[in-house]
Amino acid sequence: MNVPTMADMMAQGKQPEVLFWVGAAGSYDDRAKKISRAFVKILHKANVDFAVLGTEESSTGDAAKRAGNEFLFQMQAMMNIEVLNGYEVKKIVTCDPHSFNTLKNEYPNLGGKYEVLHHTQFIQNLISEGRLNINDTTLQGKKVTFHDPCYLGRANEVYESPRDLIRRLGVNLTEMKRNKSTALCCGAGGAQMFKDAEKGDKEINILRTEDALETKPDIIATGCPYCNTMMTDGIKFKEKEAEVVVKDIAELIAEANNL
Amino acid sequence: MQYLPNILFAIALIAGISFFVMNIRKLYRNINLGKKIDRTDNQPERWKNMIKIALGQSKMVKRPFSGFLHIVVYVGFIIINIEVLEIIIDGLFGTHRIFLGFLGDAFYGFLIGTFEILAFLVFVAVIIFWTRRNVANIKRFLSSEMKGWPKADGNMILYFEMVLMTLFIVMNATDTSFQQAGIGNPISQFVAPLFDGFTAETLHLIERAAWWIHILGILVFLNYLYYSKHLHILLAFPNTFFANLNPKGQFTNLEYVTNEVKLMMDPDADPYAAPVEGAEEEVPEKFGASDVLDLNKVQLLNAYTCTECGRCTSSCPANLTGKKLSPRKIMMDTRDRLEEVGRNIDANGGAFKEDGKQLLNDYITPEELWACTSCNACVEECPVNIDPLSIIMDMRRYLVMEESAAPQELNSMMTNIENNGAPWPYNQQDRLNWANEE
Repeated sequence: MNVPTMADMMAQGKQPEVLFWVGAAGSYDDRAKKISRAFVKILHKANVDFAVLGTEESSTGDAAKRAGNEFLFQMQAMMNIEVLNGYEVKKIVTCDPHSFNTLKNEYPNLGGKYEVLHHTQFIQNLISEGRLNINDTTLQGKKVTFHDPCYLGRANEVYESPRDLIRRLGVNLTEMKRNKSTALCCGAGGAQMFKDAEKGDKEINILRTEDALETKPDIIATGCPYCNTMMTDGIKFKEKEAEVVVKDIAELIAEANNL
Repeated sequence: MQYLPNILFAIALIAGISFFVMNIRKLYRNINLGKKIDRTDNQPERWKNMIKIALGQSKMVKRPFSGFLHIVVYVGFIIINIEVLEIIIDGLFGTHRIFLGFLGDAFYGFLIGTFEILAFLVFVAVIIFWTRRNVANIKRFLSSEMKGWPKADGNMILYFEMVLMTLFIVMNATDTSFQQAGIGNPISQFVAPLFDGFTAETLHLIERAAWWIHILGILVFLNYLYYSKHLHILLAFPNTFFANLNPKGQFTNLEYVTNEVKLMMDPDADPYAAPVEGAEEEVPEKFGASDVLDLNKVQLLNAYTCTECGRCTSSCPANLTGKKLSPRKIMMDTRDRLEEVGRNIDANGGAFKEDGKQLLNDYITPEELWACTSCNACVEECPVNIDPLSIIMDMRRYLVMEESAAPQELNSMMTNIENNGAPWPYNQQDRLNWANEE
């Protein structure tokens, strides 16, 4: 698929309206790559003039920072800021709430000041600007529950954008008992994604999957590649793969529009 | 000898207040052992938070049952304290119900009647609280950090309140002229018949005893605060005022790291440059926190403010799945260690003497710190905006940057980020391959 890079754009003397920050998961993780592609399909559908950094993109440093390695985080941040400022980037969209949070909140005082949007906010804007329509009814009547990613929800208080998009799909949105500001973490944040859990009596993703399964959903929707992995693993552990799928909102919209 | 009660009262009052002030100064000194942090920006927002969250209890009612009971006790506590003003004046000047003369029967009766009803409601609420703590098997009151003193402390506060409320009602019930006037006794009129058949002298004796024990009890309770988890009734106000106003996901960028990283990345920096005059003597800044003195003042204020309700712990994903981490314990440990450091300073003539202990390991173990998902559920839950996560992060920073003591898998993750810009060992040149797959 056509995914222009900032370097290409610059060579042609163009400045795209938005930079798509893909993130490590969206670039390398097989499951998350599908989310990146679904989002690009939406960008194409809405004729958004975008570009990625491609091989010039590097870890935001979020995981390093939350693991306690402030040095590594700031090295990464300053390298990325140099690249972003070099391309005079003004607006960034990302499918990863961790990148979203770090770029939006932790880069500014290191010299990286951008308008940063989560892809659910960006898609919501496309719809309200009349650039994108969700008109298909493929998913009508399906039962969907939304798992709030901590770094989108509590960390940045974005609760409504993802829900607004889900409602537009004509599905039946059912909330889990712990939702929005009281949502339970999937277990991946704070660099937990990259290590085994400490000794306990349960894995966090199993507990959260149980929350989701209580709503008897057809689809568990998320807005984070790491939550997606954790919930997918949870569904496998519960042997519910046949009945329940875990999907990013971008994937649901791409599917609904037959993209 | 006529003035003996007045003198005794004045002595008790002065002693009670002085001892309290002395301890509060110690508390203030201990909080100021923390590192400086500027939380004076955006005053309107800070005042708004204090009024809404501390005064208005807006986060308490997110759990409606305990929130409602807490408001009953809170409102009762504040309003009934107007009566304490009268008690103090009566005590000092030997008067009896001095406000009655000033305010007139109707208004005084309304006031005391309100106090009585509130006292009764507080009593009932406190009984329910006691039942929740001791009988109802509520998980957050049964955690391991709640054994021993914290449990006794919680109950002690409830007993104090039960006794004080009872004394207030008994004092009114045995006040013959007050009962005869029949104003402002909606509760005590039902207690008064219990004392039927007592002689006037006995009744007066009981009334005086209840009056004295009531006010002395209040002074003792005031001084108990400093030793208990109950300080939140005062500290909730500054704590909500100085709380973080940034998005919860925004963690601080350490400034001294920024300076070093900038120097490292500066192509013009001379790696062989001689250190600036006097730089050799400078103690390099310690990265992160291993003891309470490495934490900032707001974090230490947080520790004193915590009333150990455990809402944080009951929403912590790590704790819910049986891990050792409990955000409440992080706050309790921080306070325990800070008090230990404070006592050390007192015992050593004003300077801290190395005691071979620190917050890390001696109180909080790495196992607890590494179980955190940084999900902010604890911060969100706290009814008075305490931030346990910031302490966890500062201690992780110490573990990683000072001790290189991260779990092995995290070291691999960080090495990958350093080498190829991703937490996994993939080649950075493959970063755009996803676009051409499928």
